[in-house]
Amino acid sequence: MNLPTYYEGRQLVVPGDLLAEDDYVAGDNTYKDDGKVYATRIGLVNYKDRNVFVVALKAFYIPCVEDMVIGKVVEVGLSGWMVDLKAPYPALLRASDVLGRSFRPQEDDLVSIFDVGDLIICKVVAYDRTRGPLLSVHESGFGKITRGQIVEVTPTKIPRIIGRKGSMISMIKQETGCHITIGQNGLILVSGKTLEDERLAVMAIRKIEQEAHTSGLTDRVTEMIRKEKGGVEHASKDA
Amino acid sequence: MLQKMPEKLIDENNVRVDGRGLNELRPVKIEAGVLGNADGSAYIEQGKNKILAAVYGPKELHPKHLALPDRAMLRCRYHMAPFSVQERKSPAPSRREMELSKVIRESLEPSIFLEYYPRTSIDLFIEVLQADGGTRCAGITVAALALADAGIPMRDLVAACAAGKVEGRLVLDLTDLEDKGGEADVPLAWMPNLNALTLLQMDGMLNRDEFEHAVNMAIEGCKQIYKLQKEALKAKYVTVKEEVEE
Repeated sequence: MNLPTYYEGRQLVVPGDLLAEDDYVAGDNTYKDDGKVYATRIGLVNYKDRNVFVVALKAFYIPCVEDMVIGKVVEVGLSGWMVDLKAPYPALLRASDVLGRSFRPQEDDLVSIFDVGDLIICKVVAYDRTRGPLLSVHESGFGKITRGQIVEVTPTKIPRIIGRKGSMISMIKQETGCHITIGQNGLILVSGKTLEDERLAVMAIRKIEQEAHTSGLTDRVTEMIRKEKGGVEHASKDA
Repeated sequence: MLQKMPEKLIDENNVRVDGRGLNELRPVKIEAGVLGNADGSAYIEQGKNKILAAVYGPKELHPKHLALPDRAMLRCRYHMAPFSVQERKSPAPSRREMELSKVIRESLEPSIFLEYYPRTSIDLFIEVLQADGGTRCAGITVAALALADAGIPMRDLVAACAAGKVEGRLVLDLTDLEDKGGEADVPLAWMPNLNALTLLQMDGMLNRDEFEHAVNMAIEGCKQIYKLQKEALKAKYVTVKEEVEE
């Protein structure tokens, strides 16, 4: 195709940069006006066939049905909880969903299930422009978080942390022996046998976030973890 | 001590009191992402101006009855610190600050995709730490950067700059002294890629030719500022990339 594009693939662009003209389709973080495709966020531009999209380097979370997310309870309501997902809209978790039956106001005490400040792992089951996201904890491994550490990253960097077919995340899990739960909203739960393991995993995630827009990252992260582990005796050896 | 008005603001060689030529900007320094607690932030020094901008959101809007059903609401506060001028300014919002808040908000609104996030608010704070003329323009420049740094989708960045008439000659980027001693001031804000003006004001008197000339001059100034904005926004990512890919 000989249609004009104005950048090379994976080049850094800022809002308003003209990316392509004519027959291109505007993908993520771009818009089309008068046959011209512009960027709307700072990020790396990609051209795939006729699609133009930008992988943003900074963004906030927009809920998406089926996403696993980690949220913080901010309010205990009359028949459910309001949960902060770090999204523009507060999410609702219904009491009946948690109980698995209809909610009985006289008997059920919501505060004893989830209180304000609790962190929960859950899934987005419904969301559209007219109302806030609706959550569910009805799946194994979901519910209140009781141990571990939370790392917060920009949600657009989650795919980078997971890596191609999960290569990056499984490497970190293997090297550190930590359990890692990734919320699509940019909150990541890390829980390991020792604090040292967790520290290592958190460090790796931070490094990925910092250097998400560079190449050869998996190798550098592996190298860093091994180096750090070598210097510390009580890092888990059964990795 | 208040600054004294010099006898001449521009000498016979077209050199201004601070040593600049007629169509020369003050030295500009911009940095993005300077605050840890805000979602996005930026800082600018333009001559003696020092301005900080911070952005929060989009987030749920309180009080809720103000929420717009079809788009986000941009709320803007332009504020001058009590120590930003030579005689202490009361920290309470003045008439001028409220007007500038509105003017700045309206010059940034066209650049943001507000319709993407109905019922939310985007809160913008512009804090003038030191003022020396042209703070509304520098404020818009730095606010646009803070919005981009917050990851808010934008049609384009907005660059702003003023031109005016001092002692019968048209000049770019007026200082406080030139603004007070001059005949006219034309601040404007401009979206470079879309070639659209989002703010155009005039204070004082210019004839039609002078006005057109002043507008073109200010746009040339915006072009220079836009380049610096872009660099500032990319800076932190570029340095990381250079460091690790060595």
